[in-house]
Order: sequence, then structure tokens, then C-alpha cells
Amino acid sequence: MPADPNPASPSSLPCPGCAAELKVAALAELLWVCPACGYHFPLAARQRLEQIADRGSFAEWDPGVGSRDLLGFVDRIPYHERLRLARERTGLREAVLTGAAKIGGYAVAVGVFDFRFMGGSMGCAVGEKLARLFGRAAARGLPVLLVVASGGARMQEGCYALMQMGKVTAAAVSFKRGNLPYVALLTNPTTGGVAASIAYQADLVLAEPGAVIGFAGKRVIEDTIKMRLPAGAQRAEALQERGFVDIVVPRPQVAPMLARLFGLLGAGEQGGPGPQAAKGEDDGSGAAEDGDRF
Amino acid sequence: MGVAQPKTGTDSEPQAEVPAAGWRKVAAARHPRRPRCSDFIAALFSDFIELRGDRCYRDDPAIVGGVGRFEGHSLVVLGHEKGREAKERVSRNFGMPFPEGYRKACRLMGLAQRLGLGVLALIDTPGAYPGLGAEQRGQMQAIARSLEVMLTLEVPTVAVVIGEGGSGGALALGLADRVLMLENATYSVISPEGCASILWHDPAKAGEAAAALRLGAWELAQEGLIDEVVEEPEGGAHVCAAATFASLARALARHFSEIRRWNPRARVAKRLARFLACGRYEEAELAG
Repeated sequence: MPADPNPASPSSLPCPGCAAELKVAALAELLWVCPACGYHFPLAARQRLEQIADRGSFAEWDPGVGSRDLLGFVDRIPYHERLRLARERTGLREAVLTGAAKIGGYAVAVGVFDFRFMGGSMGCAVGEKLARLFGRAAARGLPVLLVVASGGARMQEGCYALMQMGKVTAAAVSFKRGNLPYVALLTNPTTGGVAASIAYQADLVLAEPGAVIGFAGKRVIEDTIKMRLPAGAQRAEALQERGFVDIVVPRPQVAPMLARLFGLLGAGEQGGPGPQAAKGEDDGSGAAEDGDRF
Repeated sequence: MGVAQPKTGTDSEPQAEVPAAGWRKVAAARHPRRPRCSDFIAALFSDFIELRGDRCYRDDPAIVGGVGRFEGHSLVVLGHEKGREAKERVSRNFGMPFPEGYRKACRLMGLAQRLGLGVLALIDTPGAYPGLGAEQRGQMQAIARSLEVMLTLEVPTVAVVIGEGGSGGALALGLADRVLMLENATYSVISPEGCASILWHDPAKAGEAAAALRLGAWELAQEGLIDEVVEEPEGGAHVCAAATFASLARALARHFSEIRRWNPRARVAKRLARFLACGRYEEAELAG
């Protein structure tokens, strides 16, 4: 579990990458990248948005959508209790934050996973928020940016969670019938059913340096092959060499890179007319109306 | 869609029975004498020619594919194959595909699309293989791609979970117009062992995990996540394989004849809508 980027406010903390003692105030200025070794600290979804979206441009969609305990799932802790704790701890209702934003002046539909919320896992609410994100993006002619940090499907929702892989695939393929780009930024970690569906259905795959990206986790692979995984085997840099990442982008360059990409790929400054833009708008604050989806 | 009611038991067994009941489902789906994908293909198709290879890297024996004739129609058939004898089980990697297996599936689904052939997918896998080579060749991308390809086929598609429906590696062949399960098959987001190890920190709790995951065919039919449960003979599919094959053949004939009537564009829209509607959540009215 990565360190909480906002622990109970000590003034300094050790870098997990090189153990250097780092001043928190200075780290925030550096976008939470270690100045000594380049380690990228995990970010909360809102921190990420503050870093990449133009100031004050983010308008959240579907903040009320949340999962519930469909199966009465109890492991060491009941699922409803895990949900309550995650909500309390993060101030979020679910593991993904979605909405409209501007990046370098370009209007985009953006989704950001928050790994602190049950490992960024995808249950029914995450599936629904992503489906609405892609649907609304298509309706308004906006490109999509998805910033991923997820361990995969949410086990506590059983087969419902598995089926969310099908649901988000349906959303992505519907969106990709239009001529707007879908860009994914994979951050540490991007694994399991989220990696094997929505993350790898993107037109372009960007990744942060050192991000672990894969289908299976390290421990599962090592148990399978009965040997240690070579160092860095699942890191963004290795995946880029093997052809599974377009660009490894250090955090300070993420926002400018996205702006350049959206410019080159033809995003409109006002969220220009996409192929289905005539289908209608909503105020972006509440539930999607039927006509606003595909 | 007519879904028969469970013949026995519900979820309200006494507490101590729950793990055992959960595990019985898993054991039945994994029964060593349970008919395999190749057995179903041999029984259901009057002619079948296996087609091999992904045209990129190699042929993955954990997924079999080919063309065959079912009830007078040519179909593309895909399925996970676990193998039977020890040596075959190893060569088929116990039904756990590598990326090239999914890429072969995509290639054959593309063939079906171009020639206007229906697709039958038979699902029976513990999951996609979690090994180093599979990772290096892009297991996640191969599965993500297979999901996309299958969801957008304009031809009639039916998926049947015949044994183990193990997470994303199973779903990669599961986004069909109709999704059926044999009575003793399971379909799950994660293996009970994996779930127990992660959530309970104790692989020995796999029985509890199996019960909690609600991975049985009747449970999933009740949740509306699958369309129909195909009954098996008393004691399981292996007790009388011929009866199992006949029961599945009847269901398949009925479903294919229904979905063959849909027009191609409406079919894709219908399939997208079906999977977009998957899931239940709550939506709070938030102030501001």
C-alpha cells in the first residue's frame, strides 16, 4: 500500500525510493516527486486534478454515485464497513472522480482513480461513473483523459465487478466510434481487471516513470513461476520497450504533454463540435438523462 | 428470458454449512471427469476443423478455435481447453491462456465477422495465465482487445460457461448476445483461493470466499447477470455426458435461432446496451 501523500501532517517524511528525508512543503512544490531519486509519490485524485487541470476548471460529474453491498459480503471486515471507512478516509464517495475540465485550454472529459479508496478498485459505481463519463464526452464532443491507479476489479462485488469490465468496454467502444481521442495515463499501480479493460482500450497509453503496470501482481507471478521477478519487469519503462506504453512522462511534464497531445489530436478549445455533439447537453451536475448517454 | 428456479437450497443455509456449500460448487466445476471444451465440440458439431495460431507469435493450446457445423449452420467456435491426461493438461497449461490465445480468438472472431458466421464461445478456465512471458507479451492488452472485438461483432454470438469462469481470462470470451451457464459451472471475479489469500490473508478460507462470492450458476441467474442455466444430469455433467451435451444443444439451437433474426446493427446496439446496464449502485442527492 503506497504511503498516504497527506499523512497526519508531519513536516518531513522519508522517500520510499531512496530514503532521503524530504520536507513536505518542498515536495508539494515539486508535485510530489523526490528531488533526489525521482520517486513519484502516489497522488489523491483531487491532488492529481490540481496538478493537471487549469485552475478552477474542474466541474465534477455524478458525485452521488456510490457502490453498495450487493452480496452481503463479509471477509475480515464487512464490505459496507470498508466502504464507510474509505469514504471517511478519502472524502470521496467512490474510487474514481469524474467531470469536465480544461487542460492547457482544451476542454476534456476527465476521470481520475484514487488508489486510497479500496485500492482504486472497480465495482458497479466506478463502472457507472466511467460509462457516464464516456457517454457524456461523446455527446459533448470532448476527448477523454483517464488517469488510472487501480488494483483491478472490486472482489467484494463478485461477478457484478467482473461484469464492469464488459460495461466499461461497451462505453469505450461506443466513444471510439466517434473521431475523438481517448488518452490514458497509467500511474502506480495499474493492474488486474482495470488494466485488462478500460486502461488498455485507450488510443494512447501514457505512463508515469516507475509505475507498475500489468495483469497479475508481482506476488502472484512469483508464486506461478517459482522464481523472483526480474527487477523492474512490470515498470512503465520495461513496458515501453516491449511496445505497451507510448510515452513515459515524468510528472512535471504531464500537463504540458497532455495539452500538446490534445492540440495535435484535434481537441476543441470549447469542446468543439464532436460527431454526436447535437445530441444535447446537461448541467453536468446530476444524473445522466437517458438521452445524454449513447 | 425464462430462468428456471433453483432446484435445491438457497443462500439461507445455517452458518457452518455456508463454506462447505460454496466449496461444493467450486469442486463440481473443477471435477476432473467433467467434459472438456473439446468433448463439447466433438458432440455438438457435425463437422469441425481446428484452426491454429495467432499469426504473431505462436499457437496457444489453452484456447481451441475453429469452424464447425451446428444444426446446419457454420459457426466459429472458441473455447478454453484444460486437457484431460496429465501430459495434455500440462501442454494446454491447464486451460490458462497466454496473450496469444486471446489474439488467436480475436483473429477467428474477425473471420466470423467477415464471413457472417455466428460465434460460440465455451468458457472453462481458472484464469488467464499469470506468468512472466504472458505479462511481457501484454496479457492485459490482449484481454482488453478481445473484450472490444467480441462486443462489436455484428454476427450472432453465444457464450457458455461450461466449467470454471475464472475472472478476466474467462470474460474475454464472454461478451456475447446470450450468456449461458451449465448448472455446475462457476463464474467469478477472482478464484476463491486468490480472494481468501487477499481478503482473509488465509488461503484456507477459500470455502468462505467461494460462498461469499456467489459464483454459482443459479445465483448469477437470480442476479440477472446470465441469461439461462443449462441443467446437468443428477450428480454432474460427467455422470452422463451425453445428456449434458443434448441439454446444451437444445438451449443453443433455441438461442441461436432467436438471435439470428436480429439485424446486424441493432445487434451491436443491443449487446452494448446489455453490458452498459450491468450493475447496481446507489445515487445520493448531494447538496450543491
